[in-house]
Amino acid sequence: MTPLLASSDPLFAHGVTGVVILIVLIKVLVGFGALMGAVTIMIWFERKAISDMQSRIGPQRWGPFGILQTMADGLKLIAKEDLVPAEADRFVFKLAPYLVLIPALVTFALVPIGGTLHIAGHAVQLQMANPPMGILLMLAMSGISVYGVMLAGWSSGSKYPLLSSVRASAQMISYEAALGMTIVTIILATGSLTTHSIVDVQGGGIWHWNIIRLGIVPFVVFLISITAELNRPPFDVVEAESELVGGFHTEYSSIRFGIFFLAEFMNTITMSAIIVTLFLGGPAGWIPNVAHLKWVFPIIWFLLKTTGFAFAYVWFRAALPRFRYDQLMDLGWKRLIPLSLGWMLIVAGFLIAPAWGFLMASLVLLSWILLSRAFMLGQSRESGVEAVLPTIGQRPIPGAVIRRLTDGES
Amino acid sequence: MSAVAYAVPSILIFATAAVLILVGAVGVIALKNPVHSALSLIMTLFGVAIAFVAQSADFLAAVQIIVYAGAIVVLFLFVIMFLGVDRRQHANVEPLVGQRAFAGVGVVITVAGLIALMAKAHWVTGAMSVSTNGVALATGQGNVKQLGTAVFTTYLFAFEATAALLVIAVVGAVLLARRERTLQSDEVEV
Repeated sequence: MTPLLASSDPLFAHGVTGVVILIVLIKVLVGFGALMGAVTIMIWFERKAISDMQSRIGPQRWGPFGILQTMADGLKLIAKEDLVPAEADRFVFKLAPYLVLIPALVTFALVPIGGTLHIAGHAVQLQMANPPMGILLMLAMSGISVYGVMLAGWSSGSKYPLLSSVRASAQMISYEAALGMTIVTIILATGSLTTHSIVDVQGGGIWHWNIIRLGIVPFVVFLISITAELNRPPFDVVEAESELVGGFHTEYSSIRFGIFFLAEFMNTITMSAIIVTLFLGGPAGWIPNVAHLKWVFPIIWFLLKTTGFAFAYVWFRAALPRFRYDQLMDLGWKRLIPLSLGWMLIVAGFLIAPAWGFLMASLVLLSWILLSRAFMLGQSRESGVEAVLPTIGQRPIPGAVIRRLTDGES
Repeated sequence: MSAVAYAVPSILIFATAAVLILVGAVGVIALKNPVHSALSLIMTLFGVAIAFVAQSADFLAAVQIIVYAGAIVVLFLFVIMFLGVDRRQHANVEPLVGQRAFAGVGVVITVAGLIALMAKAHWVTGAMSVSTNGVALATGQGNVKQLGTAVFTTYLFAFEATAALLVIAVVGAVLLARRERTLQSDEVEV
């Protein structure tokens, strides 16, 4: 196992000793604590920012500016009665919250939050883990978190959560394709799967950041898909309270509901951090020449960029109305997937030679014209005469029959 | 090939993976509820992923989770939920007459064949890979590179044929799903 680990993380280059295990433990504990603290602040920040945008006051009672409100809510949730519905599948019902929480935690472990430190002769990368499969692990984890949402809805033994979970699984799987395609573009440009190298190649100033180097398109596709993957507004049909009562977690109460809530905000932070890592150079930024403190500035840059995206998510929620389900699917399948695929081909072409790049671009343009023609045909056909199914049998039910059925006359 | 001395950690990893795979596989057929079976299948897939990592095929391990656990089993669950077959099934009725007897004979033949093969052939070679003449796969980036080179040179035809097969399957599925509705016998009367 050691060569596999050492192939991407220099910490394991000299074998796994006690000191190495201690360093890893400290990294994990600090990372976990930081993430938990960040979630607490994020929940407060979202409520406060939303209330400002909606001309409300928001939480204000606990602590200065209500910053301890999250703690109070957490205590309240733990103290509440933990209900399991009679119709529920008890084992899966109890398992589901953890299937949402654990992927959120594991994904954050991949994010590089700073440069490399040298402690006691060991090169310590400021990220919890840097496995060789790197960013693919993030895709795998977002695949696992689908199960949490899906099984939570199914195991509740209730109609609306089931509807929500079917929506959720369809939505998350659809957008995962566009997400994967964008990540392939980044991997192509980086030449490596690890998050550390993805950040490393973006280190040489703002023109090397993937957002600019790859053209703005992959960034936009990624931002939209990741918002859909998070089930956050404007893509929160999974929790559309006007249609589904509350979404997949309607039947959950007490700390189990708390875990879903926690995981959602944790995911928001983690995905902001992943966007920063993939497109904005992660901890890259201007470093002033201060002795012994040079390692602090990358962390500050990383935190600033991540906070920016976290705020953007709050802003989305306040500003954008929810997508209808069919619009959501149209956007995913008909626009984002072809766009990300085409852009990936163009980037791959330009990586070989400019001539190939232009060839690919013209091919993509051609297929785009064909595809949009096909969509147009499909749409006109849907609204055309032949799309309307002929009435079958005696439907709609004649009024006399309905009256007989409902009034109980026979 | 001579016998390879295995270190304790790799034996532990193998044992973990094997237990996950076997328990999951037994669960798939033994559990009554289809959703539990699907969950058990995920456990097996994770076991296989661990086995891949132990063979230093870390890219395959990630793809295993992304494709199989992340997409295919989700589709299984999707179908189970949509069709509403997520309640306990009674397995007392045999759709085909003598199905169980045939299944039993099939199992006996397969197991006998496996035992015969194991007795005759020398399976445990200690080789880490077939394609690289017994040398272990390169870790990290090299892993992806080896796989990519193999797929796009040596096995290009098989790769393209698979791609064509999948496209045909998708087109077929769309055609089947879009077929025109015909009058159903139970829909005539109210």
